[in-house]
Amino acid sequence: MDGGEGLSAAPAGASPLRRARGRVSAGLFRRAWLRATLLLGAPAAWFVLIYLAALVVLFVSAFWRVDEFTGELVHDWTLDNFKTIVEEPTYRTIALRTIGIAAAVTVTDALLALPFAYFAARLASPRLQSLLFVVVLVPLWTSYLVRVYAWRLILAQDGILNWTLGKLGLGPLDIAYSNWAMWIVFSYIWLPFMILPVWLAFERVPASFLEASADLGAHGWTTFRRVLLPLVLPGVVAGSIFTFSLTLGDFITPTLVGGAGSDFIGNVVYRSVGIASNVPFAAAFATIPLLVMALYLLVARRLGAFEAL
Amino acid sequence: MDHHRRARGDRAPTPWSLIVIAFATLALMVVVGCGSSDDEGSATSGSTLPSRIGAGEGELNVIAWEGYTQPQWVKPFTKQTGCKVNAKYAGSSDEMVTLMRQGGGSQYDLVSASGDASVRLIRGGDVQPVNVALIPGWRDFIPQLKSPAHNTVDGKHYGVSLQWGPNTLLYNTRDVTSRPTSWATIYDPAYKGKVTVPDNPIQIADAALYLSRTRPELGIRDPYSLTEEQLDAAVELLKQQRPLIKKYWALASDEIDLFKNGDAVVGASWPYQTITLQADGAPVADLIPREGATGWADTWMLSSKARHPNCAYAWMKWISEPRVQAQQAISFGETPANTKACPYMDRIERGACAKYHANAPTSYFDSIHFWRTPTRDCGGEGGDCTDYNTWQQKWTEVKG
Repeated sequence: MDGGEGLSAAPAGASPLRRARGRVSAGLFRRAWLRATLLLGAPAAWFVLIYLAALVVLFVSAFWRVDEFTGELVHDWTLDNFKTIVEEPTYRTIALRTIGIAAAVTVTDALLALPFAYFAARLASPRLQSLLFVVVLVPLWTSYLVRVYAWRLILAQDGILNWTLGKLGLGPLDIAYSNWAMWIVFSYIWLPFMILPVWLAFERVPASFLEASADLGAHGWTTFRRVLLPLVLPGVVAGSIFTFSLTLGDFITPTLVGGAGSDFIGNVVYRSVGIASNVPFAAAFATIPLLVMALYLLVARRLGAFEAL
Repeated sequence: MDHHRRARGDRAPTPWSLIVIAFATLALMVVVGCGSSDDEGSATSGSTLPSRIGAGEGELNVIAWEGYTQPQWVKPFTKQTGCKVNAKYAGSSDEMVTLMRQGGGSQYDLVSASGDASVRLIRGGDVQPVNVALIPGWRDFIPQLKSPAHNTVDGKHYGVSLQWGPNTLLYNTRDVTSRPTSWATIYDPAYKGKVTVPDNPIQIADAALYLSRTRPELGIRDPYSLTEEQLDAAVELLKQQRPLIKKYWALASDEIDLFKNGDAVVGASWPYQTITLQADGAPVADLIPREGATGWADTWMLSSKARHPNCAYAWMKWISEPRVQAQQAISFGETPANTKACPYMDRIERGACAKYHANAPTSYFDSIHFWRTPTRDCGGEGGDCTDYNTWQQKWTEVKG
């Protein structure tokens, strides 16, 4: 309406409704916390009730157990589930495998993303840039399952990879259904999540920094190592949060392309809930990735990853 | 419009402390809320058996193996009885048991349980006795499947037998030149990285069956009743097999893929995979090795809290008829319980009756060690055996 009107300067003789409105907005203006509450209330309630509540229930149920005979939940407090996880070497192997492959995938993606993002952000022409952007994003618009199954066909014993190697006179590779296959497929699937933040980080570095570096006599490699890399590191860490956490929580790729010993934490959780009907054990095992991610995020925050997102 | 200016001293709230407070509050709520657990007495059905099948309720919810509710025999059933069939496919016996117990157990009316699930369901009170007098087809079942131990306890029939079949040894005829005769093939280092077996704890019984012939000093008489020592021997064998394994298959289609793409050349299988692969022109064959085979004998079991019991009875009656039995046998590649299905099978496919062993002598049936839930009491023989929970844990150890 008549917009030029100030807050405290409601003209005399204004209607009571208008005065009330003025008071409300003045009150809101003075009390920042009230404004924040009104704006954030609904999403915060959603976050607390749906997300945090689920996490808390999960954590609490980890201390319950299942009656062996009837399969029903028994609400006794016990540490047995955690004891099994710690004492049984199989679960340790599975947890270490999950974390190890997640780390390997993260390093691989970082090594692949750095040169690509450098080229895309600093060397490519604007037209090529937008083309590269689409190339990075297209896989994300395709179903995850389709891409994993495609890899299964590529890596199979009689698949495209071995066929190509055979034509080149190289022996067949025996990597279908193995941890190597999982490493390749995970690295491929999560690569866009690494490229995008790194690309953004490269773009944010002012050209003047590089010029200054050159003026001071640094070679290209020195500039990259001592100027560019420290500045894009937060971007790499930001990307690594995605690649690491997505690999850590996955259970479909291990099922489809994994071999004889390829269970992830997620597979054990899935079987405990869906097949063995042992929710407490699943909850106990699921706290491992939660703890790992919490630690990871703390370190990532130190390295400035959240500013780079 | 100048009140976009940020007021001074306007500090962002610290999100971490808020999250901590929220967590603490919720933890308290959950802990307090859970103190009042419900003490619901287990309602075992003390009701008498029905003497006739009443009018259908219009609906029927079943848990079944994939391929057990084909439109070929479901559609005519719905047309005849007015019972609409809603099927939920389960991938393993363990999953079937879990599904049957979900939501208080009244979600599903029937389950096509194999022998390694049926006893668990009976003991858990999840299924109720059935009056077999209302199922005319039952009288023509082969004698071994009228009151088998896996679905009949103390003379009470907890369901109606359905179909059965052996777990076979599948091999690629191009890569395995001499026809295998023993289960030793899947433990043979010559096939390193080319072996596939089911991802299922009951697979331990296959190892035990093999050991019962190759290492008689262990004294294994029944692959489902294993003492701790016998179980350890079987698990040891499976751990030695593990480096030879390409993949533990979870779905029949997984194994089909493995054989089609040359990733596996020998494996433990069902006839279904062989039929599918051969239809695709893959060079495969299967057999029952000389040590014998494990196998499945399925039963349609009635939930103790079934909401559509009349439709359930109508289904059990329908699925036991010779013609329907024949259809399912050929569609899935298994053997019908009803002996009168034989001529119907030959009518659908020439020679099908012999191909699927529907007219085989009873010695064939007896040579198969049907899936059964391992229990502590050695399957009714007394003694101290390992139960299924232990088997599950051991299987996780094997797979690592």
